[in-house]
Amino acid sequence: MNILALETATESCSVALLRGDALFERSELAPRRHAELALPMAEAVLAEAGLARADVDGIAVGRGPGSFTGVRLAVSLAQGLALALELPVVTVSSLAALAMEAPQDDAPVTAVIDARMGEIYAASFERDADGLLKPCGEEVVCPPDLWQPALTLDACHVVGTGWGVYGEGLAARLGTPRSTDADRYPQARHVARLAAPRFAAGDTLTPEQVLPVYLRDKVALTIAERAAAKS
Amino acid sequence: MVNWPAEIGRAAKYNVHMSKFSKPVLGIESSCDETGVALVSWDPDQPGRGLLAHTLYSQVKLHADYGGVVPELASRDHVRKLMPLVRETLDRAGLGMRDLGGVAYTAGPGLVGALLVGASAARAMAWALDLPAIGVHHMEGHLLAPLLEPDPPEPPFVALLVSGGHSMLVAVRGIGDYEVLGDTLDDAAGEAFDKTAKLMGLPYPGGPVLAAEALKGDPGAYHFARPMTDRPGLDFSFSGLKTQVLLAWNKSDRSEQTRADVASGFEQAIVETLAIKCRRALEATGMSRLIIAGGVGANRRLRAQLAEAGEREGFSVHFPRLEFCTDNGAMIALAGAIRLAAGQAQGPQIKVQPRWSLDTLDPVATA
Repeated sequence: MNILALETATESCSVALLRGDALFERSELAPRRHAELALPMAEAVLAEAGLARADVDGIAVGRGPGSFTGVRLAVSLAQGLALALELPVVTVSSLAALAMEAPQDDAPVTAVIDARMGEIYAASFERDADGLLKPCGEEVVCPPDLWQPALTLDACHVVGTGWGVYGEGLAARLGTPRSTDADRYPQARHVARLAAPRFAAGDTLTPEQVLPVYLRDKVALTIAERAAAKS
Repeated sequence: MVNWPAEIGRAAKYNVHMSKFSKPVLGIESSCDETGVALVSWDPDQPGRGLLAHTLYSQVKLHADYGGVVPELASRDHVRKLMPLVRETLDRAGLGMRDLGGVAYTAGPGLVGALLVGASAARAMAWALDLPAIGVHHMEGHLLAPLLEPDPPEPPFVALLVSGGHSMLVAVRGIGDYEVLGDTLDDAAGEAFDKTAKLMGLPYPGGPVLAAEALKGDPGAYHFARPMTDRPGLDFSFSGLKTQVLLAWNKSDRSEQTRADVASGFEQAIVETLAIKCRRALEATGMSRLIIAGGVGANRRLRAQLAEAGEREGFSVHFPRLEFCTDNGAMIALAGAIRLAAGQAQGPQIKVQPRWSLDTLDPVATA
């Protein structure tokens, strides 16, 4: 099976093609250039794998959380590709893709993305018997001071930009993690790998079912809410 | 070249094997708060016949609670609505994605996040099927919308583009050959309608409600100045008019009838201002055809007064049908189809231009 994967939720823009077990990928830290880069990257991985566009069997996409615009880019591309080529889609959490960047040992992983506006996106993952990461608790968006991780932080590897911004305060309040790496971003290769078993199980979506997960859902105040806030 | 007998030639004209560009072009509009999708098969010999299907979803209700368009919410809604609309448009036309000859989308001007949704999906579809794709200027879409009607006006003509986001006069010398003659210095005409409605306590979006109120009012009861008509030039300014209305409204008894009278006086001031500038633009360019586009082009009084002025003064006035005055996918599919037929297309880099001047477009050579 040939899976084309897209992940553009953070500063990193990446596209991967999983052809059986062989992986082809392009990834670049390119804030604000994702829209320009994504399809040429897809073209490059297909060419490298020696495949035509019509040879793709499924689209995997990082559905967020992350930058609103970045998440929508990957989702819109996935929708368009899937509709045009009549392909099934699997959506993958960008936090789960980020967690896959942690050291591959038995320890659980906590992924933390800087959500701007003084908040973080965070989720924790445990390894199952097969060594795959499984979500543990809910994905959240919250101010770092209010965050209650699902797992004890000192048992975890912590990855992601959220640690770079708020790591010091978090370590003081919640304990020093087993390891930390703030320079990690969700990558399309992990989106492809996490999606593969779901394609095999037939756990897929149609183009219109492919939607972003923003976590931050309150983005504006209604007239009534503004009036209430004033009084 | 093969010399076909005439009847085969005619048949071949409608045959999808004939040329990539007689094939339908999918158009996507997502620059603000409406998601529009359409399929247009452009044939210059058959104007008014190329529209195969179109669908539109308006977000007006979504934004009403916020008193205006919230850009992030607009983007979020485009992502939800676009795929179902593309599917429905194809179904209505009885076509599949593989019947398409190209893809067009609004690349600007507009809200950057909203534009990116349509542009990304459109580029992805085109790339997947190896089809040419083109980013269309939203206002060019409005300018060319009259070509969706039978017996469309031929350039050269003057176009008045009036909507919630724009008020401009454009000299159209050919497709892609545009000169902006005048623009608004502050509020757009539609914006002036909406803001004036709001300050008289009418719900968002107030423009159409205000126009409905105006029908019940006495147009002679209140007289407001016709902004910038006492000096030469083709620019507009509507924000002062709004202030005049506010003063008049605050001094009044604020009854239902007064509201209708004020609305009527306000509408008359806008319509007359637009009409004066249209006449000036026709004089300045020596052109004799006027087309009206954009949401305010649906205003009844504007239509009636311009049509009347045209008859009196010997210029012709053309309006697209009401549904193509407001934002829609059909005008984008059409503008895209014309440009794709001229061999214009861009690579797979997704680019949008939230600010984009009409003057900078490439002309399209017409045979």
